[in-house]
Amino acid sequence: MSVAPETEPTTRRLLAGVRTDRRTLTLAEHRRLHGPLDDDPRSLIETLAAAGLRGRGGAGFPTARKLAAVRAAGRRAVVVVNGAEGEPAAAKDRTLLGYVPHLVLDGAVAAARAVRAREVLVGAHPSVCAVVERAIGERDDGKIELQAVAVPDTFVAGEETALVQFLNGGPALPTFTPPRPFERGVRRLPTLVQNAETLAHVALIARRGAAWFRAVGTEEEPGTTLVTLAGAVRSPGVYEIETGQPLSALLADAGGVASEPRAFLVGGYFGTWLPASAVDVPLADAALARYGAALGARAVVVLPRDRSGIAETARILRYLAEQSAGQCGPCVYGLAAVADDFARLARRDGRVDRARLERRLGLIAGRGACSHPDGAVRLAASALQVFR
Amino acid sequence: MSELELHVNPIKCDGHGVCAELFPERVSLDEWGYPLIADGAIPKELEKHARRAVSQCPTLALMLIHRRG
Repeated sequence: MSVAPETEPTTRRLLAGVRTDRRTLTLAEHRRLHGPLDDDPRSLIETLAAAGLRGRGGAGFPTARKLAAVRAAGRRAVVVVNGAEGEPAAAKDRTLLGYVPHLVLDGAVAAARAVRAREVLVGAHPSVCAVVERAIGERDDGKIELQAVAVPDTFVAGEETALVQFLNGGPALPTFTPPRPFERGVRRLPTLVQNAETLAHVALIARRGAAWFRAVGTEEEPGTTLVTLAGAVRSPGVYEIETGQPLSALLADAGGVASEPRAFLVGGYFGTWLPASAVDVPLADAALARYGAALGARAVVVLPRDRSGIAETARILRYLAEQSAGQCGPCVYGLAAVADDFARLARRDGRVDRARLERRLGLIAGRGACSHPDGAVRLAASALQVFR
Repeated sequence: MSELELHVNPIKCDGHGVCAELFPERVSLDEWGYPLIADGAIPKELEKHARRAVSQCPTLALMLIHRRG
């Protein structure tokens, strides 16, 4: 996956260390660029709350609240870096772990000190696990031990209960909640699971403070964010944007669209289709909500005019149905049925019962142990709205 | 004052449908035979039916959860 060249006029915080020669930043280079990590662990949670940092893995939960919940458990905790990124449209977390691993590891160590954990497990996409292992080998974090673990490259492996079950020696499949990992996670200890990008922000906020973080982005969603841009753009890749920057500006960063767009998929495979007319929408959840969309996994796909939106949705829905963990009936049978309906729609097969399809879409969400079926039906519903 | 809510563990549930048979006031089945549970607290007069459905579930997937009202 390519990264925007350094000459691009984008704000570079997380990607500041990504070199033009695509080499992984060494620990010494990382320290020269960002300075040492010598924050006060007692104040980190307050600083993160003041910064307004929210999780960058999809759910957007306030990071400070998650840390506070783990610390409040009052027992020895475990920190898990979630870099599984099974979302096919996204590559931002493996970009961070592959090029600037120490930024993510610094964030994990800062978080570990704040929640009194001595163990950090880095769940990495298989493509970058060796890089993370080498980076860990360069470090000395005192009493805190870090370990890299390659996570299976499946869609659901990044769901936090699936990741925890995998780290406990089980299959990488979601479990029924409660308990949530912050209550009982790795080896039944309170476990902080944070997305890799989230922790990279933590590393910078720990050094530079909340006001610095808030200097860019919107009031409600401050800071920068990584976005994986794919599809019909001249330079697909991972970009860092200020939250609230219009979609059109992101497209311009990528050298513009490669052909006239039909629609944009925002939020990855669990995302929402936006019509081509939405090209100036600010990339922030508050503005995207008008379209029923959210940044989610922070992947944007540009669908060109010569492709069918229904056919593309049918392809994604089939993939999501196949990637179901196979544990919950409404997900197994529901997603297969919806994928079948969309395949017929794409073939312009007249036998699709549109009313039944809409009814199915309304009945599936919220009925799995995880939100896999919810994401799939959200995508399907938005396709029916945008591609009539 | 605590309220009782009916929930299903969808991983355990195999869609036997006993719950819908024993507690049709709050449980119906979707087209694949999996339970659709109506939202909201179980009223006092239906509690016995709810408990019977929970105890008869062949996979022990159905549960009553106390929620502080």
